[in-house]
Amino acid sequence: MVEKAFKNGKAFIPFITSGDPSLDITEQLVYAMAEAGADLIELGIPFSDPTAEGPVIQEANIRALSGGVTTDSIFDMVRRIRKNCDIPMVFMTYANVVFHYGTEKFIKIAAEIGMNGLILPDVPYEEKDEFQSVCRKYGIDFISLIAPTSHDRIRMIAREADGFVYCVSSLGVTGTRSRITTDIGAMVRLVKETKDIPCAVGFGISDPQSAGDMASKSDGAIVGSAIVKLCAKYGKDCVPEVKKFVAEMAQAVHQAK
Amino acid sequence: MSKGRFGIHGGQYIPETLMNAVIELEDAYNKYKKDPEFNEELLDLYKNYAGRPSLLYYAKNMTEDLGGAKIYLKREDLNHTGAHKINNALGQCLLAKKMGKTRVIAETGAGQHGVATATVAAYMGLECEIFMGKVDTKRQALNVYRMKLLGARVHPVTSGTATLKDAVSETMREWTNRIDDTHYVLGSCMGPHPFPTIVRDFQSVISRETRQQIMEKEGRLPDAVIACVGGGSNAIGSFYHFIDDSSVKLIGCEAAGRGIDTKETAATVNTGSLGIFHGMKSYFCQDKYGQIAPVYSISAGLDYPGVGPEHAYLHDIGRADYVPVTDDEAVNAFEYLSRTEGIIPAIESAHAIAYAMKLAPAMDKDKIIVVTVSGRGDKDVAAIARYRGEQIKE
Repeated sequence: MVEKAFKNGKAFIPFITSGDPSLDITEQLVYAMAEAGADLIELGIPFSDPTAEGPVIQEANIRALSGGVTTDSIFDMVRRIRKNCDIPMVFMTYANVVFHYGTEKFIKIAAEIGMNGLILPDVPYEEKDEFQSVCRKYGIDFISLIAPTSHDRIRMIAREADGFVYCVSSLGVTGTRSRITTDIGAMVRLVKETKDIPCAVGFGISDPQSAGDMASKSDGAIVGSAIVKLCAKYGKDCVPEVKKFVAEMAQAVHQAK
Repeated sequence: MSKGRFGIHGGQYIPETLMNAVIELEDAYNKYKKDPEFNEELLDLYKNYAGRPSLLYYAKNMTEDLGGAKIYLKREDLNHTGAHKINNALGQCLLAKKMGKTRVIAETGAGQHGVATATVAAYMGLECEIFMGKVDTKRQALNVYRMKLLGARVHPVTSGTATLKDAVSETMREWTNRIDDTHYVLGSCMGPHPFPTIVRDFQSVISRETRQQIMEKEGRLPDAVIACVGGGSNAIGSFYHFIDDSSVKLIGCEAAGRGIDTKETAATVNTGSLGIFHGMKSYFCQDKYGQIAPVYSISAGLDYPGVGPEHAYLHDIGRADYVPVTDDEAVNAFEYLSRTEGIIPAIESAHAIAYAMKLAPAMDKDKIIVVTVSGRGDKDVAAIARYRGEQIKE
């Protein structure tokens, strides 16, 4: 289960899009990020129309899909990874990728190949049952999100959350921001008053300072676009660049008080 | 099961960031739809601003030429701004005003919904931003300028296929960015609850009028109602007050593009499968991994890979039929109606005309068909000329 990612203190959680630039590189990135101190990895399954993403991850999705990546080939990659590496991993994709594959079939395979959770940003509390009930059946965590606009919804969401709560730091889509103005501390406190569950903050975190800052107010920091930018810039040579960046970010998170 | 379901379809598959916004919208709508003052204000706008009721016109030449069922045209093309889109734009912008919103955003395909929203925003003093696929800004350049003239900012969308679906995605993204003062005027009976219901209710003025008008003219209900379907707002508006009358056949005409046996099609019910996208469960054109398919139609307004959840439901229960109409058939109908009745329909509406041309001759002369002409075709003239190999310089 993903909670073990938070066992040794604050967690650094990098996101990458599977198949950008290729599944071989994605596999190497997982090993490199695990070695560099990542505590949990979000593996994106690309979707043609990712409505919660900013331009950086949108483009990564398009690159991966044009390279011919499919849900099945990503499952095969995870099977290879699990022979070498036991870092906690969750899939992050969109409802249709899971639903159209067959929700039960998708989640059953994900659990069998050793994935630990599932994040669907277009599935809010009201629609989660058809996914969460199946995740619980197969023993993986369906991750719930809370946003700066959630207010009175936070307690309701926290009460039924599994694994960890994904705190969306800001309005808008994924991508780097110059600063985060939301009172993250208050959001996290509301969750913790309801349920003893880790909270990790994502959206707009792009450097060790903001990662450390967000981790100090929660149990971890999630970083996507800043890493995906490196994949876009360095292509097949991105592994050492990502490893270096993840090491710096993980250090900042682990040292956060 | 969550709220806003039509059978298994519908729902609210959207990011958490937007949930309180759609809940606020639903609460406001439930309050104002029963408010006599709101309804009076809206009726007054329909009458004195949009020019409603729209005519139910007996197409005598077409009826005689085809030699079968009697054909009536519901003339939504005669509304202010030239399409049915104004019905919904007036309703939603009035609602936005009541909710204290000062800014509206909207997607547009052919540009008709963008123009309608920009028009009402200008009239009501709302800030307005329109998102339109870059491909569509080129094929509907006149409407882009029209929106600018009305004081709206038009953002060309370059992501994905740069057409209507990408415009919807981008408008949703923009809404998550700025919610407090902003209402998303969704243009069709699609998206997350409560949009499919709100848009249907505002568009149902079409069938409310049709019903009354046909009773006055013929003393009975029609045998068939035909409308084109992209997301499906003019169709659901045309069908709504006839759904309980099983003697009235309801027929939605989908854009088949180059044919439903090709990949260049946008006929969702005919070629798509069940999925979850743009906030709703419904039918979508997609591959076996659930990746949304690039769709094609000559009509920018029907060039969408999904269909509203209520249509998906009417299809499931067999209450409405959804038939494919190709580009060629639509262009022929566009020209036919222009020549025969002196009415140039929107290329979207021409899909419905095309099917009526097939259906009417197969029906007895005492039968009655109502076809909704959802919009006028001025915007399409240059594109149709190009289709026929003529280059027009404006």
